[in-house]
Amino acid sequence: MYRYDQYDQAMVDTRVAEFRDQTRRRLEGKLTEDQFKPLRLQNGLYLQLHAYMLRVAVPYGTLNSAQMHVLANIADKYDRGYGHFTTRQNIQYNWIKLEDAPDILADLAAVEMHAIQTSGNCIRNISSDQFAGAAGDELIDPRPYAELLRQWSSFHPEFLTLPRKFKICVIASETDRAAMKLHDIGIRIVKNAAGEIGAAFYVGGGMGRTPMIAPLIRDFVPLDQLITYSEACLRVYNRYGRRDNKYKARIKILVHELGKEEYTRQVEEEFAHLLTQGIEPPIAELERIKAHFTDPAFDQGASDDLDLSDPAFALWVARNTVAHKQPGYVIANISLKPVGGIPGDASAAQIHLMADLAKEYSFDELRVTHAQNIVLPHVKKADLHTLWQKLDAAGLGAANLDTVEDIIACPGLDYCSLANARSIPVAQKISQRFAANGKTGELGELKLKISGCINACGHHHAGHIGILGVDKKGLENYQLLLGGCEGDDTSLGKITGPGFTEDGIVDAVEKATEVYLAERAEGERFLDTYRRIGMEKFKEAIYA
Amino acid sequence: MKILTGNDLKSGAVVWWTGYDWSIHVEDAVDVGDQADAILQREEGARRVNASYAIDAEPDGERGVRPAHIKDRIRALGPTVRPDLTLKPADPNAGNWVI
Ligand code: HEM
Ligand code: SF4
Repeated sequence: MYRYDQYDQAMVDTRVAEFRDQTRRRLEGKLTEDQFKPLRLQNGLYLQLHAYMLRVAVPYGTLNSAQMHVLANIADKYDRGYGHFTTRQNIQYNWIKLEDAPDILADLAAVEMHAIQTSGNCIRNISSDQFAGAAGDELIDPRPYAELLRQWSSFHPEFLTLPRKFKICVIASETDRAAMKLHDIGIRIVKNAAGEIGAAFYVGGGMGRTPMIAPLIRDFVPLDQLITYSEACLRVYNRYGRRDNKYKARIKILVHELGKEEYTRQVEEEFAHLLTQGIEPPIAELERIKAHFTDPAFDQGASDDLDLSDPAFALWVARNTVAHKQPGYVIANISLKPVGGIPGDASAAQIHLMADLAKEYSFDELRVTHAQNIVLPHVKKADLHTLWQKLDAAGLGAANLDTVEDIIACPGLDYCSLANARSIPVAQKISQRFAANGKTGELGELKLKISGCINACGHHHAGHIGILGVDKKGLENYQLLLGGCEGDDTSLGKITGPGFTEDGIVDAVEKATEVYLAERAEGERFLDTYRRIGMEKFKEAIYA
Repeated sequence: MKILTGNDLKSGAVVWWTGYDWSIHVEDAVDVGDQADAILQREEGARRVNASYAIDAEPDGERGVRPAHIKDRIRALGPTVRPDLTLKPADPNAGNWVI
């Protein structure tokens, strides 16, 4: 895992001192809220429904156990004993006091973490594949490149006041596990016909009120020009992205309005110019970063045997573990979606436990996933049963990864000041409904995603089943979408028709699943059946 | 009635204007009539409140005051999904007041 060098640490420490001074001046009345707000937002401190909210960056979702312990300590000491893991692989705290914020940032800095660029019109935390470095299907580990992009984008003076926020994702496998094409820039590391490794650039994806799938604008950028090409993409956007209208300011609108060909032409022109400027970081820096991402010391003789005689354990293994590139090991997913629970929330005690388990069983490493779960990336099969028992005892043993119970839900109207409707209670009722009717297993892979407003933080456009909260004359109302997907075959969901009440939407989801069970062909997932038979039959059943 | 709300500058806690101070209990809120702007300007200036605004509300029997919009009712009570963290953790029906 990457470790800060003296420059990283100095940058973060300096920022903490600056923010401490700014907070003091705000509390003393030397700064007005209008002056202070942009400063606190640059440090991830929002004002939400019940208090200040702090969003802490987890670079490309990777954490070590010392960092995870600090996240738990913050929940205990400064918040109300829990945190919320988000679809951007970060963590948010909902009950922060302004006067505590500088101390929290100092605690984070002590373990090489911060909240810089987790808000505002800048390049946000870089996201990546949660199985990076462990997955069998990856070409190379994408994280050194994510880290290089992190360093390039941190305090990049040209890109701190973009027309709008900017999100970049880097993956390096055939299977897209990170919603790569729904980012402002999605980068897939690929091999070309000559066997060389480079990067394919997808630019102009996003969700929000105008969801778009990023088109491929270049299928191969040599890796030693990755930053230069990224810079060219950003420059064209920074120059021509619309600053006159917040709702048209994302790069997806620019790419759409110019057309992919014209945008690409301008990027290529800028790229050619930038190549003459020598802005690519030295190879030595990349090599330094790469040295932090070598494989852990796997036990080469680790056995592949697994005793599955305990049915509850066998179910968890089947649903929550994924093949590892190293024989004798697996990737273990910890579901933060207990039946009836709050998706993505974990208590301080649970966060401490996951940190301890990572130290003991996963070479000190954890990942946060965009589905709001936690991953222990390198677990020896021989340790898996003990690990599962410890998770289960702490309420972390839900065996439901990628099922209808593994719901993504944004904070919604329970916490978020932009919300139209609550998301969490809907998620709770749906997971309870399916746990009670016993169909979770039969339904197989079914990705259900809920947002409390059109901003789409809960990825509802990309859910096989999506739910969007709207305001209907002061009452909460929910629209149903079908057919979204965020993987390799990314697609955007379509609205079924008129919206539902809170209970009505739970019934509608159940009816949609009944149509699937009645209509599915051998081996089809919910999404496949929908794609084959279309919307009509679902509509008939839902609005009957 | 028109009532005033905002967040306490230091703690971020949701607060309501009582006529002379800010309270965390919505039932302490008073009708400010047409004085909203003047009070808010003065109170923001005195750094006693942050992100303040005026809302419609109505008197509400035993619970005192009921904000017109669900968002402010959730602000008044706390997150409906964590009754243990609301201002009325002991009242199992508190959440119903929101809807
Ligand atoms: C509670 C405070 C939050 C606020 C004020 C907020 C605000 C927003 C806004 C305004 C947008 C739309 C941006 C646009 O379309 O230009 C957005 C998009 C998004 N947010 Fe949030 N959000 C919040 C929480 C979250 C949380 C908790 C998550 C993760 C669960 C999240 C993840 C995302 C994602 C993935 C998108 C869509 C991707 C995109 O198009 O950028 N946000 N958010
Ligand atoms: S989707 Fe809307 S309600 Fe949900 S977190 Fe984002 S801004 Fe808030």
